[in-house]
Amino acid sequence: MTLLLALHALAAAAMLTVLRRRPLTGAWLGVATLSAMALFAAVAGTTADAPSVSWQWVEAMGWGIHLRLDGFAVLMVLVVSVLGALVLGYATSYFDMDRQFVRFAGIFVLFAGAMNGLVMSGDLFTMFVFWEITSVTSFLLIGLNDESATARFAALRALLVTGAGGLCLLAGLTLFQVASGTTSFVEMAADAPTGRVIDVALVLVLLGAFTKSAQFPFHFWLPGAMAAPTPVSAYLHSATMVKAGIVLIARMAPIFGDRAFWQWLIVGAGVATMMIGGMRALGQTDAKLLLAHSTVSQLGMLTILFGIGVPIATYAGVAHLLAHAVFKAGLFLGVGMVDHSFGTRDISVLNDVGRRMRLAMVMGGLAAASMAGIIPLFGFATKEKSLAALLKTPDYVGAAGTVALVGVVVGSVLTVGYSIRLFTGMFGTKPGVVASELHHAPGFGLWGPVYLISFASLAFGLWPSAVGRLLDSPASSLDAKSAGELVLWPGFNTAFGLSVAIVLVGVVVARLIPLRLIAPRLRLSGEGIFRVTYDGLLEFSRIATSRIQTGSLVAYVGVTMVVISAALVVGAVSGFDTALLDDLVWFDSPAQLVIVGAMVVLALVVLFIEQRFVAALVIGGVGLGCAALFALHGAPDLALTQVLVETMTIVVFLLVLRQVPQRFEAPPKWAPRAVRVGIAVAVGAVVAVFAALVSGSRSGPSSGIDYAELSLPEAGGKNIVNVILVDFRGFDTFGEITVLAVAALGVANLVKMARREKTTTGDRP
Amino acid sequence: MMGRTSVVLDEADRWLFRVIIVVSLFVLFKGHNAPGGGFAGGLIAGGAFVLRYLAGGALRLRRTLVFRPLAGIGLGLFVAAVTALVPALVGDPALTSSITMLDIPVIGEVKVVSSAFFDVGVYLLVVGVVVQILLALGSDPLEERR
Repeated sequence: MTLLLALHALAAAAMLTVLRRRPLTGAWLGVATLSAMALFAAVAGTTADAPSVSWQWVEAMGWGIHLRLDGFAVLMVLVVSVLGALVLGYATSYFDMDRQFVRFAGIFVLFAGAMNGLVMSGDLFTMFVFWEITSVTSFLLIGLNDESATARFAALRALLVTGAGGLCLLAGLTLFQVASGTTSFVEMAADAPTGRVIDVALVLVLLGAFTKSAQFPFHFWLPGAMAAPTPVSAYLHSATMVKAGIVLIARMAPIFGDRAFWQWLIVGAGVATMMIGGMRALGQTDAKLLLAHSTVSQLGMLTILFGIGVPIATYAGVAHLLAHAVFKAGLFLGVGMVDHSFGTRDISVLNDVGRRMRLAMVMGGLAAASMAGIIPLFGFATKEKSLAALLKTPDYVGAAGTVALVGVVVGSVLTVGYSIRLFTGMFGTKPGVVASELHHAPGFGLWGPVYLISFASLAFGLWPSAVGRLLDSPASSLDAKSAGELVLWPGFNTAFGLSVAIVLVGVVVARLIPLRLIAPRLRLSGEGIFRVTYDGLLEFSRIATSRIQTGSLVAYVGVTMVVISAALVVGAVSGFDTALLDDLVWFDSPAQLVIVGAMVVLALVVLFIEQRFVAALVIGGVGLGCAALFALHGAPDLALTQVLVETMTIVVFLLVLRQVPQRFEAPPKWAPRAVRVGIAVAVGAVVAVFAALVSGSRSGPSSGIDYAELSLPEAGGKNIVNVILVDFRGFDTFGEITVLAVAALGVANLVKMARREKTTTGDRP
Repeated sequence: MMGRTSVVLDEADRWLFRVIIVVSLFVLFKGHNAPGGGFAGGLIAGGAFVLRYLAGGALRLRRTLVFRPLAGIGLGLFVAAVTALVPALVGDPALTSSITMLDIPVIGEVKVVSSAFFDVGVYLLVVGVVVQILLALGSDPLEERR
């Protein structure tokens, strides 16, 4: 299991590096990886016990990787991997085999791996880790066309929204861990924690789920994400990634769904999302955007079904999740195929496509009918089940259930409306519109996956009971009481009556409501809030930067010095005790006195030097004195390093000083010599006193003693300083060299930028 | 370039460059038992490159380089990270040292401690950083354009 997940990352790495020049081979490697994962899930999923893997990292914090392949995970892994393999195969025909495709395919497989990990997560922490990987890979894929400003901004917006949600999730799971000692779904289900902290944590977790699954008021990033190429949209922003929030809700709802605030949050967000998504979908002429808004709407419905915490609704949710993944992926890929063949996907411009591509029309019709919930497609069976479940929901949760039912019914009317509009717009013949021109007929790579996925909607719909039985295990793994069946012909009952009414009203809606009427411009939408917050933050940081970063080096150094010494004074005064100075030794040997005297003289001399370079040299002399003190004190390593660093500093000074005037400039008016000398002397005095106090106030035994004993036997070294650096505190060293590397990169880039600026200003007439 | 080249520096560079590099390697490997180590060794080697730069300018420095300084930085980080992580793969805590005695003909018995590789990583990185900064600050834009 772990191995297969790691294989995704390895395949992605290989595709991005060694197979860079052979994109097709890379893509097939990715397809093979995904197929292997699907096969594994299908085989392992048939065993009675859910296979699980645990890697503990920080036990006290519950940090570790816990994977568990239960029924629901099997279903999701199959959705993720099978659709992933098909979409990747489709993409080989959709893209040109260039560098962009390589980037797409590599990140795509990495994403699929993260998504597989996410759905198999056994606890919140593991889920969070994979959750974040999917956010980042989604960012990279939305912005795949990095030359388009729209795509870059859409990617950034999606990342900011889902990233903020990820932080909420992190905060929530931390609260869970602290309050109840576990974030494992199985353990929480066995003994559901309660309390006010848990309630706060639940709200935070829900916020995370809502951002990821584009629920109101965070729904706005998803249509923007359509800037990504169609295969990306079909896979990430319809079938898989946006389901991550649903998966999270599905895991939590059976445990915590009995809380009233939970139910109202779920129903409120879900119904609002369904409405807004449906309304906006009706108003779109871009087929892809229509599908995006439709996805938003459908996600609202899934949120309600999974989130309400009623066993029968959970079953309906599982079924509808599968149905949605299948018909939406088919539609997205189909739109991509038409776009690819006719050069447009605008349903007000496309004309006569149906007559040119008969089979495509039939298959698109199947998927659209499944979305609208028309018998005998799979979408009909699942929507029927959902309505039946929601009719019973008020018995469990009261008024919230009624709101949910009404919301889903109205939302479904809209769904029928936009499904019809999409189908007729894509494939219909419109009077007065020029017939679209077929640029090139789609090859097998394009139509194969589209037709296969679309046909699945019909196949599943014709044998709903067989599919329904397979969904028992996923549903019952979420909620033991959850079970159900799917049927092709439900008989004349209330749900069926509602269904007929929905379709009839939907047809009327599609016919009567003109496009323009329902292009809603909500000022106070989530998008507006995002924009205001985003612009506001940028403006705030611009103002703050211009206030704080005045560009005066004197001001920077002065403020830093004053703040540090003020903090030290506060610390020293609050803990001051003359006893601390009892052990103070003024000096060990006369040699030290001589060196210190020389250092003081050198430091004073600096004050009277006017040339920068000479000042730097003299300060270097002070540093060498320091090195001599180290040497006298029996610290040859420190002394050696200090000498070398001083030398290197002089060289760097030498290089930098070529760029600036030789002499110091006149001091600014607000900081005359007296003020600067005052600050310098005060800082020096404070630091000296503080150092003396600190060395006297040791409260625990020195850790160096242990190190000295362990150095030779444990680390095989006699030089304890070096052993500490490379072994005992090796992590610290690693952190430090990383900082060093980053600093070097920073220097190189800053210099390069400054130089470029100089050249451009120099070239100006 | 900074003014004229000095013959003394030129000769010093020619004779001392390799010597300094050897010394720096000595300091690097000696570091486990005596003063020295990756950081000090790296700085000494960096000093050799500084000398070359002072004697021959950025151009001669560039010609000396076997690989780009950024590659050195990356390689150093990589070596250190691998050394840190290898023990974790066999189940020990990360960064655990393992000690092997090698019997090499002529030289005799040599004790090899795995953390020496960590120090090698530090060494490479420090050299890379020094050269990177030298090239960044020391390259003359005019000279590059020529």
